[in-house]
Amino acid sequence: MDILNALVAFLNFVFIPGLAYGAQLALGALGATLIYSILRFSNFAHGDTMAIGTVFVILLTWGLQSMGISFGPLPTALLALPVGIALTAVLLLATDRVVYRYYRRVKAAPVILVMASLGVMFILNGVTRFIIGTSDISFTDGERFILTAGDFRSWSGLAEGLAIRTTQGVTVVIAMIAVALLFWFLQKTRTGKSMRAFSDNEDLALLSGINPDKVVAVTWIVAAALATTAGTLYGLDKGFSPFTYFQLLLPIFAAAIVGGLGSPIGAIAGGFVIAFSEVMVTYAWKKVVTYLVPEAMAPSGLVQLMSTDYKFAVSFVILIIVLLVMPTGLFKGKSV
Amino acid sequence: MSGAQGTSQMTAQAAAGPGRGLLLAALVAALFFATGMLQSWTLALLIVNMALVSSIMALGVNIQWGYAGLFSVGTMGFVALGGLSVVLVSSSPAPGGWAAGGPGIVLGLLMGAATIAAAVMAAAKLPKGRTRTLGVAVILIVGFFIFRAIFDPAVQAVEANNPAAHGNLGGLGLPVLMAWPVGGLLAAAVAWAIGKTALGLRSDYLAIATLGIAEIILAVLKNEDWLGRGVKNVISLPRPVPYEVDLQRSQAFLDWASSWGFDPITASSIVVRLMYTGLFAAVLLALIWLSQAALHSPWGRMMRAIRDNEVSAEAMGKDVTRRHLQVFILGSAVIGIAGAMMTTLDGQLTPGSYSPLRFTFLIWVMVIVGGSGNNWGSVLGGFLIWWLWVMVEPIGNGLMTVLTSGMSDGWLKAHLINSAAHMRLLTMGVILLLVLRFAPKGLLPER
Repeated sequence: MDILNALVAFLNFVFIPGLAYGAQLALGALGATLIYSILRFSNFAHGDTMAIGTVFVILLTWGLQSMGISFGPLPTALLALPVGIALTAVLLLATDRVVYRYYRRVKAAPVILVMASLGVMFILNGVTRFIIGTSDISFTDGERFILTAGDFRSWSGLAEGLAIRTTQGVTVVIAMIAVALLFWFLQKTRTGKSMRAFSDNEDLALLSGINPDKVVAVTWIVAAALATTAGTLYGLDKGFSPFTYFQLLLPIFAAAIVGGLGSPIGAIAGGFVIAFSEVMVTYAWKKVVTYLVPEAMAPSGLVQLMSTDYKFAVSFVILIIVLLVMPTGLFKGKSV
Repeated sequence: MSGAQGTSQMTAQAAAGPGRGLLLAALVAALFFATGMLQSWTLALLIVNMALVSSIMALGVNIQWGYAGLFSVGTMGFVALGGLSVVLVSSSPAPGGWAAGGPGIVLGLLMGAATIAAAVMAAAKLPKGRTRTLGVAVILIVGFFIFRAIFDPAVQAVEANNPAAHGNLGGLGLPVLMAWPVGGLLAAAVAWAIGKTALGLRSDYLAIATLGIAEIILAVLKNEDWLGRGVKNVISLPRPVPYEVDLQRSQAFLDWASSWGFDPITASSIVVRLMYTGLFAAVLLALIWLSQAALHSPWGRMMRAIRDNEVSAEAMGKDVTRRHLQVFILGSAVIGIAGAMMTTLDGQLTPGSYSPLRFTFLIWVMVIVGGSGNNWGSVLGGFLIWWLWVMVEPIGNGLMTVLTSGMSDGWLKAHLINSAAHMRLLTMGVILLLVLRFAPKGLLPER
């Protein structure tokens, strides 16, 4: 029995990676849920929006790095992030002008907007590959740690090490700042309030003089900020590859739906639910269990519920269970 | 769900007669003819064969979307299941594979199924509240451990059996044509299980759920080596047509080729591909005939009535969920057949090569461009889009080479030429958006 070591192993291999991944998913799901509640369709291009936003950030980061500019102990990409967000926002506004606006005008069924987003998905996916290719890209400034396993071991005297990578710390802090800003914006500012009003009841909002064009434009800008931030944090933490970002669509939507589509709080909760379940179900618990049980009972297998390749199955099963048990999600989303 | 006619825009082409279809078909035929004349007939036939298979997939999606308005994006999963059926039915048996752990695997899977059935039953029978939650959880947890205890050792035994050549249960060694209907049945069975759980959901949820299921099916194919060897692939699957080398050795064929003045090697590959074309075309025509008959039967009218207005159809006493399940299974079965045909054409199952962009969303582009709700439209879309998908890359390459010819050699020029390969995704997106915007009913609108 060695509870302390078991706890450290749990923190190191499950809690910290899950926390960072959950924060990334939560930001992604917030963007998807915002578009859903205000523009009223499931944006299949959201994963690729994250990808292209990250591409902008990567290109800018490379530019900064080649000029020898760095951000001290923090990743250089954070310096590039605001400009990346601005570029992505311009791109999304242009997409809205060229593609989506027409369907809003003719009051097309939501599913037609989803189809249009499939077209946008293809184009963004193509453009991403066109600009940066299909290989994996790491744009951190080398591996950096807030706390290394060795330091932790010598400090605590435990057998298990606890490592916190800078990117993981940055992910959580940035995500907290982003969420705080978003909620302040939605709750306190006039524009944010008009967005919530528009989401609750479009007709009533229009009647009380809210300018729908402004609401839509602001929504795209906020979605661009969230998507680019989520994509950059994910890329810093796990590396960038266009195909992975496309696949993120599934856990992101699972998170948004589990939390309740259209509910910002729900998107955050859903992100962490999905992330922790994925990590916990696919983690091999052998180490933790070995510390906890008497030596004679130590497991011989990996004590892994499912192989890592089935992580989609985890998002999916949670999605189905939540939909069957509470169809509007954990935090009463809306259905359009 | 309002189906294909989501916009109120009345386009001029809706009024156009059947001449339009013939004209468009002639145009697409001309594209293939030009490919044959300008490049090679083997290439043209290669594109024709995949276009036939893609048309059948598009037909399956059209049955789900065009007839019933079901927004399912799990196409890739059913294509992959069709491919798996080819391995299970017609690959050569693995000696000792079944004996090593076959019964254990089957027993384990049965236990798994029984666990889920018991959990579903408990959820339905037990009174709502803590008892039910606990009961279901206990059944699932205990069942999972029993499942793993039976299943894991059996799988290990099977996978240890001559892993270089087999390591799976092996196939039945039956003729490959038998795998096609089996592929349809397999896809239908899985579609039933999916439909039972997911079809009650709203359209967006159904889309996300099916997207996830396709990924799960693919994960199973990639990781469960005992089934289809996973990413180690199954190669040299049997063919329904003779091999080119056999034709080249046959004196009768050589005589025939020389009497027409053909080069025997080219002739053999063209003849083999034409045989595939004949087989695929026969399946496509049979399926179209069946689905046209269904579409114009009372059943088809009921399906369209449900699609156009679920509430009033339900008020008329139609069981909407049941009809949706039915049409979901039918469409998936058609996609499964096409998946089996594709694996037969490839002669190998490579789970690593399936991607949702290619096998789900491209098929959707075919259906929308062709005209949702119109079976011939799906075929037209299948041929046109598949031709473009294949040809955009060389065209893009040529275009890039011309555009960059004035540039000095450097990384930018190399990058631009290399990335022309990604033009196809861009092109498909642009085509989809243009069709949605300017011809929302597709090239051949539903009549």
